[in-house]
Order: sequence, then C-alpha cells, then structure tokens
Amino acid sequence: MTDVDRRTPPATATGHARAVEPRPGDPAITPALVAEHGLTTDEYDRLVRMLGREPTFTELGIVSALWNEHCSYKHSRPVLRTLPTEAPYVLQGPGENAGVIAIGDGLAVAFKIESHNHPSAVEPYQGAATGVGGILRDVFTMGARPIAMLDSLRFGSLDSPRQRYLFGGVVKGIGDYGNCVGIPTVAGDVVFDDAYEGNPLVNAMCVGLMHERDLIRAKAEGVGNPIMAVGARTGRDGIHGASFASEDLSAASDAKRPRVQVGDPFTEKLLLEASLELIHSGHIVAIQDMGAAGLTSSSAEMAARGDVGVTIDVTRVPVREEAMTPYEILLSESQERMLVVAKQGHERAVRDILAKWDLAAEVIGEVIAEPVYRVTEGARVVAEFPGSRLVTDCPVYTPPAAESASSRALRERDVHAIAERPEERDPMWTLERLLSSPTIASKRWVYRQYDTTVRTNTVVSPGEGDAAVMRLRGTDKAIAMKTDGNGRYVYLDPRTGGRIAVAEAARNVACVGARPMAITNCLNFGNPRRPEVFYQFREAVAGMGEACRALGTPVTGGNVSLYNESPTGAVYPTPIIGMVGLVDALSHVTRSAFHVDGDAIVLLGEPTDEIGGSEYLARVHGVVAGAPPACDLARERALIDVLLEAIAGGAVHSAHDCSDGGLAVALAECAIGDAERPLGADIDLTRWSGLPLRALLFGEAQGRIVVSTAAPDRVVEAARAHGVPAQRIGTVRAAAKAFEIRVGAQNFSAPLAHLAAAYHDAIPRIMSRATGETAVLEQHPQPSAS
Amino acid sequence: MKFGVVTFPGSNCDYDAFHAVVDVLGEHAVYLWHKDHDLQGVDVVILPGGFSYGDYLRAGAIARFSPIMREVAAHARRGGPVLAVCNGFQIACEAGLLPGALLRNASLSFLGQFVRVRVENIDTMFTNRYAPGQILRIPIAHGEGRFTADEDTLNRLEGEGQVAFRYVNADGRLDAESNPNGSQRAIAGIVSAEGNVMGLMPHPERAVESLVGSNDGLGIFQSMLARVSA
Repeated sequence: MTDVDRRTPPATATGHARAVEPRPGDPAITPALVAEHGLTTDEYDRLVRMLGREPTFTELGIVSALWNEHCSYKHSRPVLRTLPTEAPYVLQGPGENAGVIAIGDGLAVAFKIESHNHPSAVEPYQGAATGVGGILRDVFTMGARPIAMLDSLRFGSLDSPRQRYLFGGVVKGIGDYGNCVGIPTVAGDVVFDDAYEGNPLVNAMCVGLMHERDLIRAKAEGVGNPIMAVGARTGRDGIHGASFASEDLSAASDAKRPRVQVGDPFTEKLLLEASLELIHSGHIVAIQDMGAAGLTSSSAEMAARGDVGVTIDVTRVPVREEAMTPYEILLSESQERMLVVAKQGHERAVRDILAKWDLAAEVIGEVIAEPVYRVTEGARVVAEFPGSRLVTDCPVYTPPAAESASSRALRERDVHAIAERPEERDPMWTLERLLSSPTIASKRWVYRQYDTTVRTNTVVSPGEGDAAVMRLRGTDKAIAMKTDGNGRYVYLDPRTGGRIAVAEAARNVACVGARPMAITNCLNFGNPRRPEVFYQFREAVAGMGEACRALGTPVTGGNVSLYNESPTGAVYPTPIIGMVGLVDALSHVTRSAFHVDGDAIVLLGEPTDEIGGSEYLARVHGVVAGAPPACDLARERALIDVLLEAIAGGAVHSAHDCSDGGLAVALAECAIGDAERPLGADIDLTRWSGLPLRALLFGEAQGRIVVSTAAPDRVVEAARAHGVPAQRIGTVRAAAKAFEIRVGAQNFSAPLAHLAAAYHDAIPRIMSRATGETAVLEQHPQPSAS
Repeated sequence: MKFGVVTFPGSNCDYDAFHAVVDVLGEHAVYLWHKDHDLQGVDVVILPGGFSYGDYLRAGAIARFSPIMREVAAHARRGGPVLAVCNGFQIACEAGLLPGALLRNASLSFLGQFVRVRVENIDTMFTNRYAPGQILRIPIAHGEGRFTADEDTLNRLEGEGQVAFRYVNADGRLDAESNPNGSQRAIAGIVSAEGNVMGLMPHPERAVESLVGSNDGLGIFQSMLARVSA
C-alpha cells in the first residue's frame, strides 16, 4: 500500500484502553488470524497503537467488521467528499441511514440505495431479498414510511444458463420480499453485458414519505438511557458478511455462502409497523438497523454520532442458538433486527409496543458518560476501545490512480471505420435487433413479478413512463423516481460516464413531469488497489459531481461497493444514480408512449455523428469501443427547463428520453410502448441526411427527448428561446400500423407488430428456455398472495 | 354504513381497503385487530389482502385461527356481508366461509398486473351496480390465485349463479392467455351459497380512483351500499 493516510491517532489523548484479559477458549492472536480478518500489517499496528496493547479476539473481530471497506469507506471517503451535498431543502445529507429532503406541505422524502452484489452472486434469491430488507430498514429508521422500491440490476448475457439462474433468482428474491412487506416495486433498470458475468450487480433503492417533524436520527444520546435490541433474535448467520462484501469474488466464494443472510419479510413487516409506532410514540431517542456488521456497527456508529460512550452486555442479547460467543453475537448479521436507544424509564412502553406486534425488545446496554466503547459478557469485559476512535480512527487511503493504456486505446479507436454488416442495408433489421436486445427490450417479465400497485399511490407504473410517479395523498403533488447508470460509458470514459449517469436520470425524471431534486448513489467498482480502478472511481465521481452541480441535484447519501471482481475481471465501473424529483401538479404527469392520433412528433436536442460506446456497436458488432457521447451539462439543464415549461403549459402529450439504441429505438418505443395500443408513426429525418445513417438512427447523442404534442410550434419556439435545438420530425398515425422513417430519398418501414414482438417477447422467450432451471429456485418458501 | 377492515399480522392491503371506504366512498371504517373478539358493530367485514402470518404453512391457514375470525364467521352466519380479497379470499376458503381453494399460479410465478374480469351475475349484494357482462379492469397481485374445486362444486357454483367474475380478454371473451393464474373455468370471484360472502383474487380496493389506474372496482362497494343500506 502506498500513500496511506498516516494520521496517527494522538497516542494517549484519552488514555489507552484498559487491559482486557483474553477470554478463555478464544484463539490466540497470530499474524495468520489477523490476515484472515482482512487487516493489513499497517492497520493492525494502528489498532495496537490505539489500544496501547494487543487486541483480544473479540476486539479483532469488531475492528475487522468496522474497518472493512463496506463499513469504513476507507478508500472512497476523500473522493466522496468532493460531491455536492447541500441545498436549502436537504434536511439530511450523507452520514445517516438515509438522506432526507423537504418537499413542501410539511412533508419530506427519505431515500437511499444500497448494493447487495456479493451475496446475490452466490445466493441470488436470499442475496437480493435481504438487500431489499436492509434498504427498507434504512428508510423506516429515519421515521419515514416506505412507499416505493426500485432495483438496478446488472447481469452477464442471458445466453448463459448461470446468468438466467441469477437473473431469475434475483428478480424472485426482490419480488417475494417487497410483495410480502407490501411496498410496491415501481422502477429500476436492468442491463445485460458480459462485463457482469462473474459479478452481478444488485442495487436496491427505497423511497419513504414522512412528516418533517417525525425525522429521527441514529445518534445515541442521554447518559443512562437504555440500549435495546428489538425484533428478531440473533443467530450465527451472516457473520462477516460485510467483510465478504469487501473482497474480490473467487472460486472459493461459494464456500462463503453461509455468510449470506436469510430474510424473513413477514418479520420485517411487523418490525416496520412496530418501528414507526415506536418513533411516533416519543419513547425513544434513536433507532438504527443492525445491518452490515450487525450489533457492532450499529452500536459503534450510534455512539460515535452522539459522541458518547456505550456499554453492551452480550449475555442480554436475545439469541436463537446456544453457546454463542461474544464474537459471534457482535458480528452476526441476522436479519430484521434493530438497535434502539430508549428514554430512561420508558423501557416498558417500548416493550409493550413491540409485544403488540409479537416482537421482543430487551435492554442490552446503556449510554454512559465515560468515553469508551465497552462490551461485556456478564461481569467480564471482553472488548474495550477508547472513545469513538473505533469509528473515527479508521484508516483512510488515497491509492495511486492511472488510466489503463487499454482503456485509452479502446476509447481512441476509430469506430466509424467499423464496416457495416450486409444486413444493415435495411436499418429496420438493425432496429429489430436492438429492440430485442435484453438491455433495451421490455422488462415486463421482471416487473410483473412485483406488486406495483399496493398502497394505491402508483400513478405511473413500470413500462408506462421514463420514471415512476407516486402521488402524495392530500396534495396535488407527486414524486418521481428512477435509477440509471451506463457502465459501458464509464468504462470508456469515466468522467463523461459519470456525468451521463446523472444527466440521464435527471432527464428520465423530467420526462414524467418532475423537477429533479436530489440523488442517492451506489458506486459499484472493482478493486481500488488497482490504479486503473481507482482512476475510474475518482474520475466517475468527479463527473457525477459536475453534473449534480449543473443540474442542482445534491447527493444525500449512498453506498460504495468495491471489489466487484471475479476471476473473469472487474465489472464495468458502474455508478448507479437514484434520482428523486417533484411533480408540482398532477396534471403535469406525463407518460412515454404516443397516444393521440395526429400528434406532431418533436425532437428536443439534435443527433450527432457519435456512435462510440453504443448499444448498437455492442449488439450488432460485438464491439465496446469509441468515445461515449459528449455530455454538455448546460444544455442538459436547459433541456430539462424547456421540457418542464412545455409540460406545465399543457403542450406535451408524451415525453421519452433518447438513450440506449438512440433516436430510432426511442421513437419505436414511443410507438409500441403501450402493448395494448401501438400507434404508427411517420418520421422524416431528411434534415440530417448528411450524418452517417447509423449514427443518425442508433447513435446515442445525449441531451435529447422525443415529445408528442398538438402544439409543435409552441414547443419548438420555447426550446429555441432556451437555446435548445428542436425540430418537428413526424406525425403519430393510428391507422398506419407501420413505423416509417424517411431520410432524403430513402424510405424505411416496418410493421408495428414486428417491432412490438421483438420488443415485448425478447426476455420472456429467453427465460422460457430456463424452465429446467426453476427447480433450483423451488427450494425456497413461496410467499404467495397479497 | 360502517366497514370493519381486519388487520392480521402481515396484512398489507388493510390500509388500501380503509382508504377506499373512508376517503373515496365517504363511509365509516374501523380497523379490527386480529387479537380482538369484538366486531365493534360493523355492517360489513373486509378481509384484506396481504401475507397473513407470512403465508407460512399455507396461505390463510393460520389466520383462520385468529380470535377475530370466530366473530367474522358468526357475522357471516347471521347473513352479514363479508368481502374477502386476495389473501382474504384464501383465508375465507380456509375458514370454510367459501368453497374451493386457491393454489399456486399455473405459471408458478407471482403476478402483479392489471387484468380484465367480466361480471357474471349482477344479482348479488356485491355486483348489483354493474351491467350484465360488464368488463372491469382491476389489478391482481398474487402467487396463489388458481381457483380450484371439485367438479360437483364447480357445477353447483355455476348453477346457483355463485360465479361472480371471470377472467376475460379485452373483448370480454375467455381465452387461456387472459386467465392469469390458470383458475378452473377462469373463475376470479365467487359468492357464498347465501350470497353474503364474496371472495375474489383481483383487488377492487386498488381500483377506486382513475388517477392510480382504474375506478372499475368502485361498483363492488357501491353495490354493498345500495343493498345493505336498502
């Protein structure tokens, strides 16, 4: 390791920790044991300096859990600090269980995204299910009722049975958990690319709604206040799950399957209701999920935030297995558990609320004045750290960063020199091929396994618009939400890719009629100790920061997932953006499909000759190369302003962003997006006949939105007033039953039914091949109805 | 009119049913806690959707033993109306309030989507505000909704006009593709022999406002209002 941040802790600022006798039966601390716990020699020395002595086995376990990448952000923190996090409406930025923004009327939205990549790679069903459970808890511990779930998924090619198994298992795991708890899963994105073959990405986002006055933070306060364990009992499952998430996947990873936790959505539903009741009751001062690194991280983080000491007696923690050691109890990642700091004297009231929901609550410790983090086993002290240094003294690294020569070479490749395939003489062949690409094709196979309508707030459902829209009862407003992140762009040019990830999410939210407000993000990268990976990370975050500043969408939190590597290499560097926006009036809600015969079709923004990094090159030529499209952030901002102004003026009947597959795919999706009522379209792109045809039709130039309108002149004029190019490019034709594009003298046409079949049947057709594999999934219990 | 919405541990459509009754219909509603022994004088009981007891063992199998279910059964025996939706339908079948059973969907997958159902009998306390053969667009969300009964029971249900709704396509015709869960005879909803208990898999309480997709389910509630208060 080079360039370690060696902020040596002041040796005896608060005095060393007291001597702690090794617990009989615990293994002796050896270099091998230290290495097994993922600590480097430097980190171990740092721990010894902090304690002023050798750690006990329990202490080694605690530090291993808190200083792993997943909990400590030790490689990412300095870079994350460069992101903008403030706006007048941000009530809670990064550092809490979830970010919170005010949306007016005394209401606030809490939201957060988190990865569950490694568990899902070895056990897709439970890995994904517990990812949903964890992010739900992060949101309701802020005092918010979860109102929507989103999922951003990345897999390898569905041609592989293993990938179909992972895809099917992850989708089922997400569905079974969210459906049972009764939170609608309403949006997300799914991409298939060989880069994710060995290491799928499963990022779950939750959005919750609350009154501003109910906001509660996970900050331990009040000397003498009892610390209570709430919810499920603690078992031996998931020990070292967070450490598992902080190393590369390998052939040995399957052996770590026992580190994957098992979820119980029924208990989660009870815990959700009980926790919200508890928060509203006023009997508690803080609450936090016992998530990654379980009791250890929840107690240490709450103490550090409140700058108080805590003491925990592990013999008082309700367990479900016999003879659990302090080490096991502290590091268990058993699901559906909460840590609560109650008000002194209110313990019985807390227990009564939990009992109503058939759940237990036990006092396991206390907030103390002495600045120590102490764990006892009955009368015996088994771990003791000075002050909150356990959390604050975690090492921070800024490893070397350098772009790899191969990435640069890929970006600089002249992709225009790639010869067209003979079939491409008919661009409708190419169009069908792109529409049936699983990355572009309809995801109905996915979302029909999700309950999208429970709680009856879903105004724009999956497949209907570029983002989901949830109404806010008692107001005329709604909130919009979407996840996005094109890893291929980031791989080819991290800075540009980072910008586009934010810009695309913002565009999608704007297309349903919402003003983009703030983001959460999940940064999925490889091993940061490799300079090319750290370069990607640093540059992508820089690009995201630029876009967030330009678009006025601060970052309110998120999650970093590093070490997404397998023997086949690192995944594409994939920052996933979870964007939330506000719809000012329900009349502004806009969907993506054409639905009015005779409407004019207007393109906001304009095509370019860019084809680098496109789905076209990947799908038609098997090439991942070239510079991704440029992203002009001022233009993106103006584009969103224009669109929202036109929507508010009542001029827009539909709006759809141009992204994967370019303009032709976007137009075709508008025509066939409503499977029950496809509408023909007559498109004329002659104005751009000077561009290479494939770039015009399938290039992925940024900053473009297709709208249908009865007032094209108004829309075009408004756009030009904002400096956004805009042209009428065609007409919606209900009777036509065909999708037609004219470019100069050339005319291309395809029956709507062909395009619709390519788009709507692609994934079901592939997955129906997988019926033999469902046997593997059948082992899981089947929650059933709602 | 006063509705009672039962909350079992794991119910998750109780809130939607309550909202439909109170905010959309403007009627009264109370939540009935599963541990209670008192129906609080309600006129109509709603057994809502969800995953009561996590659907562990078998959907609805544990909920039927809840203290409140004894009262619900007595209410039904007295001729009181019971609307049993989705998991509520499963519970009602388990409790013997309705014939038949709901098995795993034929596709083996959970299905969350809008479906179309045809009103098969308008002469019930739950359907009298619909037109004969009217087609309703209502969401489903279930993994175990395949209505199944023996041939005699099915024939009796048909013969006595107890089949209330059938899954159909947009044109109102039966076809395999439009029967989402593979229910026998495409049955989506039935009423009891006495006509006062309705069970259905689609969620009418989620279809009471066009803003969130459809208000075709409103007729079920309005039918009860018309009949019960008459």
